Amino acid sequence: MTQPMTQTMTQDPAVLEIRELRTEFRIRKQWHAAVRGVSLSVARNETVALVGESGSGKSVTALSILKLLPGAGARHAGGHILLAGRDLSTLSEAQMSHVRGNDIAMIFQEPMTSLNPTMTIGDQIIEAVRQHHATSYSEARRQALEALREVGIPGADNRLDDYPHQFSGGMRQRVMIAMALACKPKLLVADEATTALDVTIQAQILALLAQLQAAHGMSILFITHNLGVVAQIADRVAVMYAGEVVELADVDALFARPTHPYTQALLRAMPRVDLDTDEFRAIPGQAPTLASMPTGCAFAARCPSRQAQCEREHPVLQQVVGGVTGHMVRCPVRLEQLRMNLETSL
Amino acid sequence: MSTLSPSAPPTASAAPPDSLWRALLSNRVAWIGVALLLLIVLVAVFAPWLAPHDPLQQNIAYRLDPPSADFWLGTDSYGRDVLSRLIYGARISLLVGFLAVLIAMLIGSSLGILAGYLGGWFDQLVMGLVDVLLSFPTLLLGLMVAAMLGASLENLIVAIAITEIAPFVRIARAPTIALKQRDFIEAGRALGFGPIRLMGVHILPNMASDVIVLASLWMAAAIRTEASLSFIGLGVPPPIATWGSMIREGFNNILDAWWLIVFPCVAILLTVLALNLLGDALRDALDPKLRGEKR
Repeated sequence: MTQPMTQTMTQDPAVLEIRELRTEFRIRKQWHAAVRGVSLSVARNETVALVGESGSGKSVTALSILKLLPGAGARHAGGHILLAGRDLSTLSEAQMSHVRGNDIAMIFQEPMTSLNPTMTIGDQIIEAVRQHHATSYSEARRQALEALREVGIPGADNRLDDYPHQFSGGMRQRVMIAMALACKPKLLVADEATTALDVTIQAQILALLAQLQAAHGMSILFITHNLGVVAQIADRVAVMYAGEVVELADVDALFARPTHPYTQALLRAMPRVDLDTDEFRAIPGQAPTLASMPTGCAFAARCPSRQAQCEREHPVLQQVVGGVTGHMVRCPVRLEQLRMNLETSL
Repeated sequence: MSTLSPSAPPTASAAPPDSLWRALLSNRVAWIGVALLLLIVLVAVFAPWLAPHDPLQQNIAYRLDPPSADFWLGTDSYGRDVLSRLIYGARISLLVGFLAVLIAMLIGSSLGILAGYLGGWFDQLVMGLVDVLLSFPTLLLGLMVAAMLGASLENLIVAIAITEIAPFVRIARAPTIALKQRDFIEAGRALGFGPIRLMGVHILPNMASDVIVLASLWMAAAIRTEASLSFIGLGVPPPIATWGSMIREGFNNILDAWWLIVFPCVAILLTVLALNLLGDALRDALDPKLRGEKR
């Protein structure tokens, strides 16, 4: 985790590389972008966390990767999604269904409703196995049992023929993970996978994911709004605001030197053991809606360090002055401040 | 299955089969329906052994005989035994009712699931057709189709099936729209499942109970429609005995021979009653909110 970004980048080719992804939704007959030029890469065995508040576009980014957005109200409006060099954005629906579950798997927020109530969990895992591999039922059943044991279901042998309602939330999320990993995907997308669980179960699931990642070697794109979870699991963090990545850094750099005003505000709004804070400060105001996106910086209206230029010019993602390589931020004001600090200290 | 929690599962359709049976059989009204229906089915199946006479055997000497030791339910205007005709008629009524509902259920629920899942123009087309079907009274629609196709057993089944497609489309479409937004369908898509698998394996079983309840209720309606069409003369052609045509023939002698009409009517009444009781009980058993109430 402490390893500098540059090394991991050069050693491992990216499993997933998103370039300038733009996803639009139709609202009252007009197309509005919910994801605006997101670029992000996930290296082999790396865990990248995508953080942001509700409506910041993090889940839409995840669904765009798998092309799971509803066809009628949403569209891919530009950019590329490269999975091990193969561009997913050009694939047909039939080709995409070979990628889903096989190369990229996804786990969801609600373990209570993510399983089919009318099928035994054994049959659901078997179905996932046989979707992508021509194996016999008995072989698939053996693999399903193996998967259940691996995700730590106690007494897995007796539970294969149980129905979802006989499992607790945490156990169902383990079953979901077993299904998702049944075909040994290269990339696991976890969309708020621990949000609906209580804290102890959340810690168990995070530990399980880390353990499975070490055992099988896979990349994880972890979507969450919980910075505590980020600190525990991620190698690298992308902070999203209003459909854009506003700060990108490895996890230690982000918590040590949060640079974007939004990231700083987020960290101030959360309890921390490592800092002596008495008060949590809420971020005033609201994120702009899709239909009323400002031309300048999207965060400007809520920003404490706002300047006149912020409302005119749309900022770009730039390397942080004096920061570790790969620490990027979308805020010229803060960059200018850092540059000044650096000059005065010299 | 051994560790069923006492609390009700999250949705009605999530009830595993054995708890459904328990809920159904704890209901006394359901027992009456099941027993009555079983009796009628057994009578229909074993008709050749149970019927005291040949249902088609005419005998002018015994014309319009009232119920007696020889002919328990009397004879009709051709001297045929009413009881035997009633027993054989059960076969036709049950066959027509069962097959018509089966066809309507298969076509209707498939269309409903497709319409709900695909949405868009296909949904609008199907629902438009359903509205057209629903705008005709059942009997009138059955009458038109039967008259168009001509009177035969097969055409009667088809005609009744067409009259009953619409409710099955509706009962399948609504839960499909709700289910396709559920997380496990999205999870299935994320695992690479195609639309046919999602519709057949993941959506259909979740609404099967609704469809089965509806089928038991509409089978009663199908038997009624069959009787009505036969009464008008658009049913199974004579001399085959059906309950509807027996009433029709008895109608001519209604003042002289009450037994010709009363007994087929009672037979229809009991069958429809049995199916309705069963349907109501099934619906209650599948609804977790009503489960556990004493009746």
